[in-house]
Amino acid sequence: MVQRVRIRYAKRGPLRFTSHRDFARAFERALRRAGVPIAFSQGFTPHPKISYASAAPTGVASEAEYLEIGLREPVDPEGLRLALDAALSPGLDVVDAVVASGGSLADRIEASHWRIELPQVDPAELGRAVAAFSAAAEVQVERMTKQGRRTFDARSAVMSIDVMPVPETPSGFTAVPCAILELVVRQVTPSVRPDDVLSGLRAVADLEPPVSPRVIRLAQGTLTAQGAIVDPLDADREGAAIV
Amino acid sequence: MSVPSTTPRPAVANSGDDSSSARPTPRRDLGSSVWPLLEPLLPQVTKPIQYVGGELGAVVKDWDAAAVRWALMYPDAYEVGLPNQGVQILYEVLNELPDVLAERTYAVWPDLEKLMRAQGVPQFTVDAHRAVRDFDVFGVSFSTELGYTNLLTAIDLAGIPLLAADRTDADPVIVAGGHAAFNPEPIADFVDAAVLGDGEEAVLEITTIVRQWKAEGCPGGRDELLLRLARTESVYVPRFYDVDYLPDGRIQRVVPNRADVPFRVHKRTTMDLDAWPYPKKPLVPLAETVHERYAVEIFRGCTRGCRFCQAGMITRPVRERSITTVGQMVREGLEFSGFHEVGLLSLSSADHSEIGDMCSGLAQQYEGTNVSLSLPSTRVDAFNIDLAQELSRNGRRTGLTFAPEGGSERIRRVINKMVSKEDLIRTVVTAYTNGWRQVKLYFMCGLPTETDDDVLEIADMAHEVIRAGRAATGSKDIRCTVSIGGFVPKPHTPFQWASMERPEVIDARLKLLKQAINADRSLGRAVGFRYHDGEPSLIEGLLSRGDRRVGAVIRRVWEDGGRFDGWSEHFSYRRWVDAATEVLPAFGVDLDWYTTRERDELEVLPWDHLDSGLDKDWLWQDWQDAMSEYEQDDCRWTPCFDCGVCPSMDTEIQIGPTGRKLLPLTPTNGTGLRIPTPTPQ
Repeated sequence: MVQRVRIRYAKRGPLRFTSHRDFARAFERALRRAGVPIAFSQGFTPHPKISYASAAPTGVASEAEYLEIGLREPVDPEGLRLALDAALSPGLDVVDAVVASGGSLADRIEASHWRIELPQVDPAELGRAVAAFSAAAEVQVERMTKQGRRTFDARSAVMSIDVMPVPETPSGFTAVPCAILELVVRQVTPSVRPDDVLSGLRAVADLEPPVSPRVIRLAQGTLTAQGAIVDPLDADREGAAIV
Repeated sequence: MSVPSTTPRPAVANSGDDSSSARPTPRRDLGSSVWPLLEPLLPQVTKPIQYVGGELGAVVKDWDAAAVRWALMYPDAYEVGLPNQGVQILYEVLNELPDVLAERTYAVWPDLEKLMRAQGVPQFTVDAHRAVRDFDVFGVSFSTELGYTNLLTAIDLAGIPLLAADRTDADPVIVAGGHAAFNPEPIADFVDAAVLGDGEEAVLEITTIVRQWKAEGCPGGRDELLLRLARTESVYVPRFYDVDYLPDGRIQRVVPNRADVPFRVHKRTTMDLDAWPYPKKPLVPLAETVHERYAVEIFRGCTRGCRFCQAGMITRPVRERSITTVGQMVREGLEFSGFHEVGLLSLSSADHSEIGDMCSGLAQQYEGTNVSLSLPSTRVDAFNIDLAQELSRNGRRTGLTFAPEGGSERIRRVINKMVSKEDLIRTVVTAYTNGWRQVKLYFMCGLPTETDDDVLEIADMAHEVIRAGRAATGSKDIRCTVSIGGFVPKPHTPFQWASMERPEVIDARLKLLKQAINADRSLGRAVGFRYHDGEPSLIEGLLSRGDRRVGAVIRRVWEDGGRFDGWSEHFSYRRWVDAATEVLPAFGVDLDWYTTRERDELEVLPWDHLDSGLDKDWLWQDWQDAMSEYEQDDCRWTPCFDCGVCPSMDTEIQIGPTGRKLLPLTPTNGTGLRIPTPTPQ
């Protein structure tokens, strides 16, 4: 392995229903289609050197998913980005690639910025639920995990929760009311996901979205003291200003 | 005749009388996407990615620019249906025509079906999420009869009347294909037409007829279109044939009820597979599917003559794809798809005249890459192991499966599977000494004339394999898995007249076998045992040799909630038995009449008017030969034995060797990144 490249990719539109496992298989095929000189692990069944940072849940769109690959020959990151992007289905889009300068990608993932569209929910009602949620010291929610049903606090990991002004036509749902929520949530264990926050809103204020919400991850990365999220690839970019 | 109509019309399917009111609500333009309706349902269902499309190789075309529009279905879940070669080939062949559009649809799981019914979302294609009802032709490929209930779900969800007789000009023409279409009588009331045999040219011919008819302004409506299709003599339109029955329930005769409709409908045969190198752009799913590999058919047809094997009978003659075409397809298929597995498929791959050169050539070309090559190995001889050795040069060993099919030498003569016990043991031991620690042995249970003793010999064979294997390798670390399938008599085979064994007998026999395998603790521990219960086979038997009256059973089962009958967790034997008990007595027949009853030579079989090329007298003679345990050779290596296919279909055996070799691949400029051409979306 002579080079490590960190990649940011997006899951958009219908392809947000791609699960992490689905993406991983598609990505390995894309490496082959694009002729990427990927390095393999040693051993009886060699695996390509790919490591993923905190993947968005199935059904959640994302503008900011990250992975790192190990290469056996150096490549130009922008050429790699173009080749991989063309090799993946439209909707699985490779948006950035930088040569890793060191450190660990996973260590730079401290928080996520999410947007949740809630069709047929009245923004004022959402506002009341959010106020109740924010006022609570903790909000216990339940979720099925691989270990079974778990109860945990969905409140303390939430750094900010805001009801956003509604644009003229939210995507896909014209002429129906729609409320929009934005969240910044810290990376904790067990992880607090957007649906956990929605469970929290149900718990504190009986907010029941009549149709499935649409969730998108806008960013993830390191958290500044001011609560802003910094792209984890910035630290690898030469000459980039690091906050 | 038609089945009794008992169902109220389901929510999505309004009355089919008026085309404008028959659209599912809310009203949409023809060919428009139902995605906005579907999308909110997907977070609520398992594995939503299967309904999304967006695969590599998928094609989305402009609806208005297409003169003829096909919806193609494999009537099972996406994970099973997507890899299906037949659908992939037809999809590509059709979409290569500039004025033709083809999209795919699969069976939706019950969780989504329920939501679609509640929200009025019709059966949709995964490519552009268009309503299936908007298409001109709805082609459904059946490799197994157990997909029939899924066909009814799809038709109903599409908002198309279940019965072909109730359809209007606003509905697509529903065409069945695939191996099960060689007896489409059980679904004759639900489909408008069926095509027998190879589809590549058949879909083009149907397209030409539909294009012409539409260009003329659809004269005579649906009836005229179906008549034009029927007149080709290779498209079967059930409604143009009347079935008369004898007082005892047997068929008296099947005759055309319209002028110009042929008495017999003939299967299609695509000759020269080198001229049809599909799939060129295989579909590469995002969802996990049962096969993730580039599959290339190295030949079609088989003349080994196994008497239970419908595929081997209805796909004659043998037509090989040349070694160089296979090499080119593998190279381009891998480059396009990014797959790292290649399957060299056919009914008996080791029989290709240049299989040795093909395997060593491909192994050489891909040595040092992580591409793995596999050959479904069923032939019981050492040559198969040589091939597997060759293919595993990259270090990845694929499993070895041998299929003696019958447990005793006697039953193997009955089924015409010429393998001696000594051959089998020698072959398996060779595999062990070459480093395989595990092999799989495939057998059938319930074969004609079979007794408990025939099946119990499987245990002896497994024990001897292990004993000999331990002796030869000096190791206890060897295993074999005995896998047993249930025999189902199929149309157009010498066993089409045979009686089936009752499920209780099968299950008892398998229990005895299990005891016999474990009778010796030490040997039994090294033998894995897998089998299927007898009950699903009996129902498959009902459907495979059924006539039009069986359609009423299918419908009843479907109304009762029957779905995904090929899946053991969804299949309900009770439901099928109850439905048969409910509807068949009205016709004077019952489940046993279709399954455990042996037919005699003169009985008119439901598929006699459908011509697979096989001479019925030859099939009967082969059935008699089976009873007298007389074997039949392969016509590739011995003189023609007059099965009838080549002269009646005007075809011939196409085999090599061509004498050509695969050349080493020129390294694709070593380290350079490739920018693959994106597929049109």
